[in-house]
Amino acid sequence: MLDHILSILIFFPALAAMLGFVVHKDSMRAYGTAVATIEFALSLWLWFVFDANVSGMQFMEQIALVPTFGINYIVGVDGISLFIIILAAFFTMIGIASLGETKDVKNMIITLLFLQMTMVGVFAALDAMVFYLFWELSLVPMLYIIGAWGGPLRIYASVKFFLYTFAGSLVMLVGMLFMAYFYYQATGEWSFAILDWYRLILPESFQIWLFVAFFFGFAIKVPMFPFHTWLPYAHGQAPTIGSVILAAILLKMGTYAFIRFSLPLFPDASVYFMYPIAILAIIMIIYTAMVAYAQKDIKQVVAYSSVSHMGVIILGTFALNVEGISGSIFLMIAHGVVSGALFLLVGVIYDRRHTKYMSEFGGLASVMPRYATIFGLMLMASVGLPLTINFVGEFLSLLGFYKQSHILTLLAGTAIIVGAIYMLAAYKKMFFGVVTKEENKNLPDVNKRELIALIPLAIITVWLGIYPKPVLGPINTSVESVVGLMHEKAITKEAKSRIPSIGKDIKISRNSVEEAH
Amino acid sequence: MLSAVNVSIESLNLMTLVPMLIPIVGALLIIVIELIKSSQDKSLYVMLSLLILGIDFAFLLESAGIFEKNGTVMGVFDVMLIDGLAILSQFIIVGASMLFIPLALTHKRFHEFSYPEFFALFLFMISGFQFMVATDNLILVFVGLETASLALYTLIAMHNRDKSFEAAVKYFTMGALAAGFFSFGSMIFYALTGSVEINQIAEVLSANGYADIGFVLIGVTFLLASFGFKLSMVPFHTWTPDVYEGSSAALAGYMSIVPKIAAFIVAMRFFEFLIHSGVVWLEVILYIGVVVTMTMANVWALVQTDVKRMLAYSSISHAGFVMAAILIGTTQSNSALFLYWILFSFTNLGSFSMLWISRQKNLPAHQQSDHSYDKFAGMVKTSPVAASIMALFMLSLAGLPPFALFWGKMYMISSAITGGYTVLALIMALNSAIAGYYYLKLIVYMFMKEPVVENNGHVYVANATLPLKTIIGIAAIGTIFAFVAVNGLLELITAFVYNSGY
Repeated sequence: MLDHILSILIFFPALAAMLGFVVHKDSMRAYGTAVATIEFALSLWLWFVFDANVSGMQFMEQIALVPTFGINYIVGVDGISLFIIILAAFFTMIGIASLGETKDVKNMIITLLFLQMTMVGVFAALDAMVFYLFWELSLVPMLYIIGAWGGPLRIYASVKFFLYTFAGSLVMLVGMLFMAYFYYQATGEWSFAILDWYRLILPESFQIWLFVAFFFGFAIKVPMFPFHTWLPYAHGQAPTIGSVILAAILLKMGTYAFIRFSLPLFPDASVYFMYPIAILAIIMIIYTAMVAYAQKDIKQVVAYSSVSHMGVIILGTFALNVEGISGSIFLMIAHGVVSGALFLLVGVIYDRRHTKYMSEFGGLASVMPRYATIFGLMLMASVGLPLTINFVGEFLSLLGFYKQSHILTLLAGTAIIVGAIYMLAAYKKMFFGVVTKEENKNLPDVNKRELIALIPLAIITVWLGIYPKPVLGPINTSVESVVGLMHEKAITKEAKSRIPSIGKDIKISRNSVEEAH
Repeated sequence: MLSAVNVSIESLNLMTLVPMLIPIVGALLIIVIELIKSSQDKSLYVMLSLLILGIDFAFLLESAGIFEKNGTVMGVFDVMLIDGLAILSQFIIVGASMLFIPLALTHKRFHEFSYPEFFALFLFMISGFQFMVATDNLILVFVGLETASLALYTLIAMHNRDKSFEAAVKYFTMGALAAGFFSFGSMIFYALTGSVEINQIAEVLSANGYADIGFVLIGVTFLLASFGFKLSMVPFHTWTPDVYEGSSAALAGYMSIVPKIAAFIVAMRFFEFLIHSGVVWLEVILYIGVVVTMTMANVWALVQTDVKRMLAYSSISHAGFVMAAILIGTTQSNSALFLYWILFSFTNLGSFSMLWISRQKNLPAHQQSDHSYDKFAGMVKTSPVAASIMALFMLSLAGLPPFALFWGKMYMISSAITGGYTVLALIMALNSAIAGYYYLKLIVYMFMKEPVVENNGHVYVANATLPLKTIIGIAAIGTIFAFVAVNGLLELITAFVYNSGY
């Protein structure tokens, strides 16, 4: 049973979605919640049986798919992917449970369950082609969610989302095929298995080209400046549930892929591109923060602030040391929880007033006190208040990058402080002062269904902010092995000095490593 | 005095002719039935054709077995050449034909299927294509090409609409020009080398070190133009959208698959030795041709308002994509060509069949053409299953994993990389991204727009019958579960292509 737990996690939602076509539409909500809860329970069980002291892959499965061309269905989980999988299961569960009034609710839930399959698949895949398969497949349900349930510009937004990511990932596909070809040249066998690729040392020039090819795919997904233009549209038009899943999980695919692919496969290129990417990340943090300040629409504020924080994740990843990478993975989870919660909160007010303009509100704190409290908490978490979940991640990420460059870290740090301004300004506009609009006087406070989603998120935000160790421990173990591998594989002096040595025994044996060419 | 020529029957190896003769005999049988007792129902002819093609397929399996044991077989004064390429392409030709012919059993009555000649011509055409791929003799290629093409022109015209006549005449004129080019090109090579056999031509040319390079280039130009017409390479593609629009959707789908694979095989036999002989010019021209065909066809497809015309341009683009295999010319790329085309057959035939089952007899006032995008607006509301299947085919054509065409695309791009054509690989990838837009457009119409006029969804399956639904089901299953078959196909194809020396 435990040998196949990952496959069950991946395909259970898809199977449930298929069967869901039979379920009557009035019972669909209960069915979806039940399925997602089972899935979440399974993912918690995965955490329970996960051995936190092992740095490598666990629960690996392998089934031959196209063995002549080296494509196999390989899945596995380590500390890096474990928590993102749990997060994906968690958000699908609370997303379905708190789903507001939606037309065609049956189609929506079936789509969400398919989307869950692709999300878990991406984070569990250990074969580049299987990874690519789920990665591309995740576009289709999201396209449908935005395009069928979105706002007035939904079609434009959904097509833009699809084409942007599709184009980027095709470039990535070329990179993957190249990588497989180099592996073939070095060993005489085709393989798309990531763990096989880890053992391959490439000359620096090849690394740089391949890094760029993969970068296109990942950077558009994150999305990094200047490829971020699809995201505000997607968020602006998507229904609440779409924004929540997009911000909490789908964007993480990009940052996760950087850690899974780019860093260990191309350590020298990662060092080579460290500063350019760090600068892009800092532009991303500052620029989107400024754009967020200029927004009139609360959802756009949250969207841009979400992009801004993704910049910090990138910065932490490209610190290339254990603190930075662990911090960035932790921040991925934190960002998922916090920005997911913020989008849910925006959805709450949108359901009541059908507007997202901040000027329409004001003084909500007196009308909806519970709502204002939760919003306030999430906002504090978002700006990185100590003892909330975001703080841990941001602090570690910046600490990691501080070892590489003081000045850039200082810039990023101040930018985060600037981030507090727009969030607080937005909060002030919406919640403080007197109630000016007649419609706002009698708004009902958050109801039970919404609390089901929001309270767990609030608890996690505080709990992991105070005591992050249960999550940070396994992450750290796995990241150490990644950094060790990178140090071991690095060719150039520059890279050797930038990527710290871990001092533990690295399991790859030197003689099994062959140079391509 | 002339000495007697002794030819033993064994040395003729007449067995090599059997797969081509079966459809001919079948066609004659259909005509005879018509003579004895006319005005039979079309279902009789459909099933007869299906059975005949089934026998043909069985004999192909037989010759595949012989090839695996003994390698390439020559026959009939060494005119017939039964190698791996010939067998694989005949599998595609006969297989796609078997998927096509039940599409004649429509719910509505269409003019052409009431004539037994339609089915006789159809079978003649198949044998023509089979001859074309199973030889390296340029004269037999020509004969096969003309047999098949003339039959095909007539099949198009039998659809009996103004646009069909236009299409048939247009196709005929262009085809005649292409045939002229082909014979001119062959003539020049005969003058240069004294042979019409491709392997002889290659030998003589390399023996004299391409001394008459000028004439070689002229000959190549003629042949390239002729294949350009047949494969609808830009700038010889102009007939394609009109012809597809004029013919019935089923036949258009068929035309996008079978005639092209036959032409690909001849192009593969002819051009690959030339490219690798260091005739630089040809490589450049082909490179440009491939890139322009892919890109321009995609751009034109973007602006179409009719789904069928969009699919016509998309199949031009796919042909350009596959033509890259001939440019690259490695075993992997040639295998990729077959893999791609087999998977493409399922998907493309499926999507054209979806258009075919929604065919109306008369156009309502709000509709500009048979299959305008508007017609499919809001399709998911009234017939969700049909919309989902159509979307599936579109996603597969766009190259989304794990659907059929993704594997072909991936293997083709990989072969470009291993063959050293890095830039080409990138262009191919980016073209797939452009193509994504117009396939997506149909999905957007079907799933996200409101219906233009209220309809009860009957229009989308107006023409459907059980046989048609079966064919679409087969195509859909082939598209979804391609990943199961890819490994087996790849092993088989690679072995066949490699053992044929390509």
